[in-house]
Amino acid sequence: MKNPAIIGASIPRLDARQKVTGQALYTDDLTLPGMLFGAILRSPVPHARIKRIDVSKAKALAGVKDVVTGADTPQVKFGNWRLVPDSQDELPLAVDKVRFIGDEVAAVAALDKETALRACSLIEVEYEELPGYFSVEDSTQEGAALIHAESEGNVSLARKIKYGDLEAGFAQADYVREDTFRVHAVSHAYLEPCSSLAAPDEGGRVTLWTSTQVPYIVQCLLASTLGLPENHVRVIKLNTGGGFGGKMELRKWEFCAAFMAVRTGRPVKFTLRRADELASGRRRHGMPIRSKVGFSKDGLLMAKDFDVLLDGGAYNSMGPTATFLCGNFGAMLYRYPAYRYLGRHVYTNKPPAGAMRGFGAPQALFAAETQMNMAAHDLGIDPIDLRLLNAMETGDEIPEVATISSCGFKESLVKVRQMSGWDVKRQEKKPGHGIGVGCYSFISGGVFNWFNTKYNFASAEVRVFEDGTAHLLTMATDIGQGSDTVLRQILAAELGIGVDKIRLTASDTAVTPKADLGTWGSRVTLMAGNAVVQAAKKIKEMLIPVVFGHFDLNQIHDIAFENDRVFSKARPDKGFSFGECVYKALKGRRGEPLTAFGAYTPRNKGLVSPAFSFGAQVAEVEVDEQTGLIQVHKMYTAHDCGVPINKMAVEGQLEGSIHMGLGYALMEDFVMKDGRTLNTTFLDYKIATAQDMPPSQSVEIDTYEPEGPFGAKEAGEGLVSPTAPAIAEGVFHATGYRCLDLPITPPKVLQGLGRLKG
Amino acid sequence: MAKQTIEITVNGDRYEVAIDPWRSLAEVLREDLRLTGTKIGCNQGDCGACTVLINGRSVSSCLTLAVEAHQREVTTIEGLAKSPQELHPIQEAFVEKGAVQCGFCTGGMIMSAKQLLDKNPQPTETEIRQGLSGNLCRCTGYNKIVEAIGDAARRLAPAGEGK
Repeated sequence: MKNPAIIGASIPRLDARQKVTGQALYTDDLTLPGMLFGAILRSPVPHARIKRIDVSKAKALAGVKDVVTGADTPQVKFGNWRLVPDSQDELPLAVDKVRFIGDEVAAVAALDKETALRACSLIEVEYEELPGYFSVEDSTQEGAALIHAESEGNVSLARKIKYGDLEAGFAQADYVREDTFRVHAVSHAYLEPCSSLAAPDEGGRVTLWTSTQVPYIVQCLLASTLGLPENHVRVIKLNTGGGFGGKMELRKWEFCAAFMAVRTGRPVKFTLRRADELASGRRRHGMPIRSKVGFSKDGLLMAKDFDVLLDGGAYNSMGPTATFLCGNFGAMLYRYPAYRYLGRHVYTNKPPAGAMRGFGAPQALFAAETQMNMAAHDLGIDPIDLRLLNAMETGDEIPEVATISSCGFKESLVKVRQMSGWDVKRQEKKPGHGIGVGCYSFISGGVFNWFNTKYNFASAEVRVFEDGTAHLLTMATDIGQGSDTVLRQILAAELGIGVDKIRLTASDTAVTPKADLGTWGSRVTLMAGNAVVQAAKKIKEMLIPVVFGHFDLNQIHDIAFENDRVFSKARPDKGFSFGECVYKALKGRRGEPLTAFGAYTPRNKGLVSPAFSFGAQVAEVEVDEQTGLIQVHKMYTAHDCGVPINKMAVEGQLEGSIHMGLGYALMEDFVMKDGRTLNTTFLDYKIATAQDMPPSQSVEIDTYEPEGPFGAKEAGEGLVSPTAPAIAEGVFHATGYRCLDLPITPPKVLQGLGRLKG
Repeated sequence: MAKQTIEITVNGDRYEVAIDPWRSLAEVLREDLRLTGTKIGCNQGDCGACTVLINGRSVSSCLTLAVEAHQREVTTIEGLAKSPQELHPIQEAFVEKGAVQCGFCTGGMIMSAKQLLDKNPQPTETEIRQGLSGNLCRCTGYNKIVEAIGDAARRLAPAGEGK
């Protein structure tokens, strides 16, 4: 049942008013009585043994209340992949070894920020340096020292996928090509620097307010690293100023805040500086990707061999998931009769790479889509035609991995071709101008339970009241994407009440129902949305008998929930206002409140995701062949996100994706020297400004995802992937320069055109 | 160094605060006056999240010493709406056009927009984009923000308010 006033409407997000007036609270906005300020001492060297730490001078500084090193902590290793305990390779503070410049070594809590920072500078650490490895090639070379003792060859994890007859596929192919692509690391660059505030609570308990995407994961891992029962740790997320994957783990300052709050009996707050974020924060995996692909002479895909080394930096972080997903994205979009994937997650002495918007897809799809464009060129087939020939459709299966329950990919290709004027612009080429295409598919949340949660993947509690209002409680985590609004739309549509009637409590682990794995992999709308629907349906089951009983309805009647009323569909006059109906039900229950719990866990949905979205994007570019400067004039997108719950929010996600995809393609890059990040300000690490952004035109393809709430699935994360290959193809179309290693910078263009010596 | 006492008027309210003279206006607004709508995204003047108006001119408050605001009028995002019930037209447009996602850049973005529209009530799209070039946003791709400011200019035009 779809209510067009709510589902698919462009409802302004419900938290916007708080945000435009400056009233919305973020973690760093909080101050508690007696609060201390934390600072972290980080390793200045990329790989070393810690010989000695002397904190005596720091402790003696006036105003310092606590100094901790690894030796003071319970030394419990942690990591998001609880299912594989060996993969949990981080300690809250370094013990014996440091593995990257920025590795956390000690922490201070003091009366003010300046004193905390000064105390850090007074901590003496003696290091014995070890060989540092700054590329996957170096760290996997024979005889390389091990960054973690347990990981042979500095490979922490390998993932293989294989189906079909690869050898036969390549043998029968008329056209085979093999290319190596290189993609680079980039920053999440969320605007809100990480901030965490912990306060001691009665009975040795602790409360942590933190800027996070994953309150439940933080609760569990914080409890295990502190040696406390999970229920002793309460994690609360206030407004979070963006995450994009960068805030989806237990972070060391979260541990230090809680640990020192318990030790000192005072609240402790850590807020990172931008330089900390850029110099040592998580980032997207850089990778060399070798891809071999075979086609028949008519352009049908025969086989693909995909080999990826993920530059994981010093710790696993979310690398294992990215390693899995990279292999899945390598096989998406098209029908591959035979496919082989080998992904290896490699340690290097650099800041750890983690989850970042697209989670393996931007890398895999830059390679896959660029190679598709190269093949189209060689085969003399239009790139969109080649894709249409091979495109996945609803009902397709990736053996033992996934079934595609809805797919609007072909429709997206057809639509984007038409709206961009593709055929004319491809053929009637103007000098320096080009047009290129890139495509994507993405997941609607993960199926694989790497966190080993004991609870449902998503949960919701709904309470309804006799004043016609409802209260939705959920651990689902809005970090700016808008789930606080979208989940209320889903509840409003199901109960037939206005979104303004719904109070929301979200992301407080002591109050909201157990559990939800947080915001990542575009899981929230589908998973938390389904949990909300289930809870709402249970509430409706409590209300329906009231209408039947009161109006003595014939058994065949059906009950509608619309416009704040509950009534017989056949006899709309027979019914109550929603509030009155709740009142009557409450009386009948002798005062027992109407509360229902809903949950969602994907079952029998393969290994990857319960649903996949698809889309195609076209970039129109202009290249100045004198300077190599690339201007993107316009982006066209047609995408299949199922039924959009909130059209305006979907558009916002799409435009934000283009921003990040454009930065990935053209300007964002870490400048590294011997493991040190040199560009640690927004002046040196360029993200696109309002002046850099091209206009965007987009269309949603009408599909219905049977597994999603009201037919919805992922929107906006996968869209970060097609932009770079589309721009790269546009640059090729404009100039004949084919970029295989991102970002596409003016010097590379000029070198590619033979106008500049390399 | 001895503390210095400054008098500043923020959003029409007069304050007298004793501060270390090296502290930034952003810190004093957030920590001493507890006006936390002004955000610190980089503390280096690169991101614009801390934008406020001093005597009607926009500044990065993280690069402005609080003592520079002595005896001046500061407007922060908390002071823009006429009343809790009545938002400023720029704020209204940001809400209705979907120009807000995570919200961390929003306050600074709106203050820059206010300065822009005060100086140039009917800006072209190019002028809006220029006016926002000192404010970074990682969520929206800016298009809905640009649209909202164009819309706010239209809302402000007939009544001529917000000057």
